[in-house]
Amino acid sequence: MNLEYDWLPSVFAAMMGLSILLYVILDGYDLGVGMLMALAPKEEKDRMIASIGPFWDANETWLVFAVGLLLVAFPSAHGYVLTALYLPATIMLIALILRGVSFDFRAKAKSSHKALWDACFVIGSALAALTQGYMLGQYIMGFEDNVETFVFSILTATAVAAGYALIGACWLIMKTEGMLQARAVRLARPLVWLTAAGIAMISLATPYVSTRIFERWVSQPEVWYLVPVPVLTVLSILALYRLLKAMPLPGDRYYRRPFMLTALLFVLCFVGLAYSFYPYTVPGVMTIYDSAASRDSLLIMFFGAVFVLPMIAGYTVFAYRVFSGKARDLTYD
Amino acid sequence: MEFSDPFVLARAQFAANITFHILFPTITIALGWLLVYFKLRYRFSGEDHWMGAYRFFVKVFALCFALGVVSGITMSFQFGTNWPGFMETVGNIAGPLLAYEILTAFFMEAVFLGIMLFGSRRVSERAHTLATLLVAIGTTLSAFWILVLNSWMHTPAGFEMRDGVAYATDWLAIIFNPSMPYRLVHMLLASGLTAAFLVAGVSAYRWLRGDRTPSVRGALQTGSWLAAILIPLQILAGDLHGLNTLEHQPEKIAAMEGLWETERGAALRIFAIPDEEERTNHFEVAIPGLASLILTHELEGQVQGLNSFETHPPMTPLFFSFRIMIAVGLLMLLVSWLAVWQLRRKGEPENWMARILVAMTFSGWVATIAGWYTTEIGRQPWLVQGVLLTQDAVANHSGITMAGTLAAYVLVYVLLLIAFISTVFYMARRAGYQDSEAPVSMNLPEGKV
Repeated sequence: MNLEYDWLPSVFAAMMGLSILLYVILDGYDLGVGMLMALAPKEEKDRMIASIGPFWDANETWLVFAVGLLLVAFPSAHGYVLTALYLPATIMLIALILRGVSFDFRAKAKSSHKALWDACFVIGSALAALTQGYMLGQYIMGFEDNVETFVFSILTATAVAAGYALIGACWLIMKTEGMLQARAVRLARPLVWLTAAGIAMISLATPYVSTRIFERWVSQPEVWYLVPVPVLTVLSILALYRLLKAMPLPGDRYYRRPFMLTALLFVLCFVGLAYSFYPYTVPGVMTIYDSAASRDSLLIMFFGAVFVLPMIAGYTVFAYRVFSGKARDLTYD
Repeated sequence: MEFSDPFVLARAQFAANITFHILFPTITIALGWLLVYFKLRYRFSGEDHWMGAYRFFVKVFALCFALGVVSGITMSFQFGTNWPGFMETVGNIAGPLLAYEILTAFFMEAVFLGIMLFGSRRVSERAHTLATLLVAIGTTLSAFWILVLNSWMHTPAGFEMRDGVAYATDWLAIIFNPSMPYRLVHMLLASGLTAAFLVAGVSAYRWLRGDRTPSVRGALQTGSWLAAILIPLQILAGDLHGLNTLEHQPEKIAAMEGLWETERGAALRIFAIPDEEERTNHFEVAIPGLASLILTHELEGQVQGLNSFETHPPMTPLFFSFRIMIAVGLLMLLVSWLAVWQLRRKGEPENWMARILVAMTFSGWVATIAGWYTTEIGRQPWLVQGVLLTQDAVANHSGITMAGTLAAYVLVYVLLLIAFISTVFYMARRAGYQDSEAPVSMNLPEGKV
């Protein structure tokens, strides 16, 4: 491995990490809203859908980009990971299919079928969230085929689903008002604790299953740079809970803050996990350097990405500004 | 070939996924441009009925787009889960092409789709038309990149093999590989025809139900004319693509033509039952010399038979899928020209004509899929012609896993296909109850999503 070659795999790993993080936050909130629809009265469902309508498609594209980067930049890791996760990945894909199409069908099919498509939407959202959490658990445990891995993966599945439901509730607090917003606040409160429990469990279990990760987290002097991560995590959970307890506030004050805090929480979790696993693409098996594609191919993609990613960021921000403010009913004209 | 063989199941699964997936991009690539056309007609003429046509077909577009996106995500996973050998061998070439598709096309179409569908009250009319245009450009760009990759798998160029792995040497040669221009044009025209017959068929359905507003009339005219203009172009493009295939993959042509032995003055077999065991045809109906004339432009030209190739695709599926494509194409020619002739003479279709158009609504799908089966099965046993065998790329999953996931996919796809077709016609029926020229909210009586 020469030094000149070094930076490309790291850049691609960073890009992939960024798109996974963006995916988890962005599709996290719309999958969360999908799950919360199970608890919503009929008259609120349309408004909930309207709040995510213009965004879900672009949000899901980050998953395609993340998997695409894994496929094109780290082909052998892609083969290894997705072969190991074949069944949960298939279930997730079918769930995402159901979720995505129900969104459109519910509005266009016969009214008598609407309830059926709504059910597909809820089930699709929940299954997608659960299988993603399950796959995270499998990844952390290094895809081992034993009972502990299975139990742990079930717990991570619940934790990720709770996290998505939380950020979904916070999205609704930001994008809606009145009864629906108040209901979202009430739902968000217990979800904070469920999510916090999930984060605590993963944080404790990860160093326990891998001595390599344990050593990374206790070695000097890195540990001092890392202290802010758990500290900020605890602080943001507490702040989030206090805020939610006080909400809704007069004049809709701080209506964006729960979403921001939850997103921050997701970022912190991501940084913790990324630090634990870097530079491995498959824990304990291969690193980003072992699994990277050829330099020329990475370079040609790098130039494309450098040129295009700012454009994507630009028009994504534009789209969010177009649909800023409280969600209104969606119409095609 | 055992059906419980994981290799066969992996191929069946890929075929099921890509068959389902291609249905929807085939519509959206061209329907996006038709929507731009409707919007521009409205902008320049001020006639409301063009907006009526836009508003109806944008719903069909949204539905197709969602189905295309979600089934496309499945594809991006399947490359790795079922065919890891593909990326291991040619990942250095396939990777950047797929990455460019995601970067230049997927994000753009997804983001602007939101504005196109739900943003018309939040942005200016001009910005909304621009968003519609960008979505159309996005779908077309996406078709461009994926067809570059697909064509490269048929006619690989611009690379060298080192230790069994392909490395790019010339990106321009990779992108403009020998079959790319033909395949791209053939596919874009196929999309145009599919969208044209969809628009004409759905409008004819509304027409038959007594919904004779100017927007229905306009869409019916547009669809019929577009089909009538594109079909001769498609026949020409298909012929040129065939000649290109003859140059680069002659074994595929031999299988399509039903030719076992190399012949001078080869006959065009209109019908036959190929026998793969005996390597001969039964019940042959043929026109002498015509195959040679079409392929070599000489009556006595020599056409290679399947027996002269060491590796070659199976004949039966190619022979029949090719003929289905040709038959649907000829039917399209007949129907679209008759429809246009009638529309020119009387300004409206006879009822029987409208019924035929309704029957032809999804004819583009049949021809497109038959065409894809011809070209893709025609590449077998290669995954990348001359570089990688399909059987060397397959993942090592158990037959049970493969059969279970295949069954789940097929079940979901069949149900969604039924839901899609019935919803399109349901929307067409319901549109008739509303004044389609007035601002119509996208769905239910309450007007909410």
